Amino acid sequence: MSRFKLILDISKTHLVSKFKQTAVAALGVTFGIGAYIIMMSFMTGLNGLLDGLVLNRTPHVQVYNKTDPTVVQPIHRYRADSSDAHYIHSIKPKVRLERIHNAIPILAELKQQDKVMGATPQATCKVFYLAGSNKLNGIVNGIEVDEEIRLFNFKDYIVEGDVTGIKRRKNSILLGAGIAKKLSLQVGDRVQVMSTSGATFSLIIAGLYQSGLAEVDDVQSFVDLKMAQQILGAGSNYISRIHVKLEDIEEAVPMSKTIKDLYDVEALDIKTANAQFDTGSDIRTMISYAVSITLLIVAGFGIYNILNMFIYEKMNDIAILKATGFTGSDVKWIFITQAMFIGLIGGALGIVLGYGVSVLIDNTPFETEALPTVTTFPINYDPAFYIMGVVFAVVSTFMAGYLPARKAQKIDPVEIIRGQ
Amino acid sequence: MEAILETKNINKYFMQPVKFHVLKDISIAINRGEFVSIMGKSGCGKSTLLYILSTMDTAYEGELYIEGELMSTKTRNDLARIRNEKIGFVFQFHYLLPEFTVLKNVMLPALKLGRESEAVIKAKAMNKLAILGVEEQAHKKASRISGGQKQRVSIARALINDPKIIMGDEPTGNLDSKNSENVFNILRDLSDQFGLSLLVVTHDTEFAKKTDRIIEMGDGMVF
Repeated sequence: MSRFKLILDISKTHLVSKFKQTAVAALGVTFGIGAYIIMMSFMTGLNGLLDGLVLNRTPHVQVYNKTDPTVVQPIHRYRADSSDAHYIHSIKPKVRLERIHNAIPILAELKQQDKVMGATPQATCKVFYLAGSNKLNGIVNGIEVDEEIRLFNFKDYIVEGDVTGIKRRKNSILLGAGIAKKLSLQVGDRVQVMSTSGATFSLIIAGLYQSGLAEVDDVQSFVDLKMAQQILGAGSNYISRIHVKLEDIEEAVPMSKTIKDLYDVEALDIKTANAQFDTGSDIRTMISYAVSITLLIVAGFGIYNILNMFIYEKMNDIAILKATGFTGSDVKWIFITQAMFIGLIGGALGIVLGYGVSVLIDNTPFETEALPTVTTFPINYDPAFYIMGVVFAVVSTFMAGYLPARKAQKIDPVEIIRGQ
Repeated sequence: MEAILETKNINKYFMQPVKFHVLKDISIAINRGEFVSIMGKSGCGKSTLLYILSTMDTAYEGELYIEGELMSTKTRNDLARIRNEKIGFVFQFHYLLPEFTVLKNVMLPALKLGRESEAVIKAKAMNKLAILGVEEQAHKKASRISGGQKQRVSIARALINDPKIIMGDEPTGNLDSKNSENVFNILRDLSDQFGLSLLVVTHDTEFAKKTDRIIEMGDGMVF
């Protein structure tokens, strides 16, 4: 019988004969690991949901024209060599068109890039929604609906009606749910839209758009790009924004810089646009890790305690084993093996518990006005949490078992035998 | 006669609570096949000497030889191996592992030695139990048998690796006279029939008288 098998055999006998204590110690690990998995699955699921809410529909790079004061004024160029200080009071921004200059070639060029998954043009127009004598402020975005669906999950936010309707019938609109409610309109009804120049258009409501953010749903509607250009009274080259989605979100910062340098436009990357959002996610993840690790440490102390007591009870056995030729390291491994057993069994049950409760949470109804696409609590079934859980269980039980086991290794059998 | 166990000038001190010279220049030898008892009053250092001879206590000065091999310089792991292979123990208290069966208790030192297959060891353990007349108890838990039986099981365990010498610390000290007699006869038989060397610490004069030789100790010295 090999040494390993013998140690395993002795450990097993010990564990079985102390079934209750073993079970209590293992349950400690089970709850620790289970809670860790539940916490992480739920927290990251929630993070994913919130990220999705904002990030999935946020373009990785937004390209538009910005109105801001010119940094280099003519006087700077004219008297560049002079050491005089120039003071210019009340600089006004230069008038710039809202449309992107040369938008169609830029769009074509962006689409050809390897790093770019896709780019969509938008034409934004400020409008009034008319209902009787009421005028509601609003914004209508002209979009290429197929690309928006492909790149930005646009379809998820259409709660009623048919999303492709605006493509099939040019004079139709996807109306913000807030507006529809205020004007008591339904899919199939007509809505009057007045442009800033005074022209009115009568559009058929093809569907209702709900983002979950009330201030957006109260103003925002979507039409086909060509319809928007018609409302604006502009040609087919009128594009006010380009939304770019990249293959890899990490490329957003350098890409936006390249675009800014290459073309005469402003480019905003997702990192800058959602900085505070990332921070929120990070902090939530950090808190869940802190709580989980605390739980595991508590479970570890439980094992430490039980093994410590166990070794005190087993003093005689340790002395006898040593007297009959077992080495200190044999004895140490007998107790470490027991700790690892507890860890593995507890960890395995913890995975089952974690998965079970996760499924339960996943099927708990969670319906909220703000999140039209969500019907149950979000859970992230990332296998990494389960692997981490087992690794944690094994490592922490090893450590908790190691210290008492080392004490057992050092026990002097003569002292025990004499002490009787 | 060939000495199986020999000491040269062994000295030992206890440091706690005050420095105390327990063993003074002990030089003894046990020959092959000899049944020797060590006698002396409580506190004369006879148990302390036995633990040194057993290699379990390594904090001493002087030299200890087992089969001519010097023990004093060996590592703890080497000594564990030697104990496992060459020395069998019988204690005053029965010292079996209570969760294991009687059979397993007897088998464990041999499993540790790993010289033979498990099946062979099992057969051998049953044989030893039979020699000591406790084979019916083999599959009971060690905590479920009587004191006299336990002591016989622990003798079987001491025999399992066919040791060179068996050491006993008051092996009959905790038994009634009938069981005590029984255990002595077993030890005597082992010496006579199997030619085993035995070294037993006792303060039972009757017991000592029946052994081959008595080593008398007092105040840490051999008389």
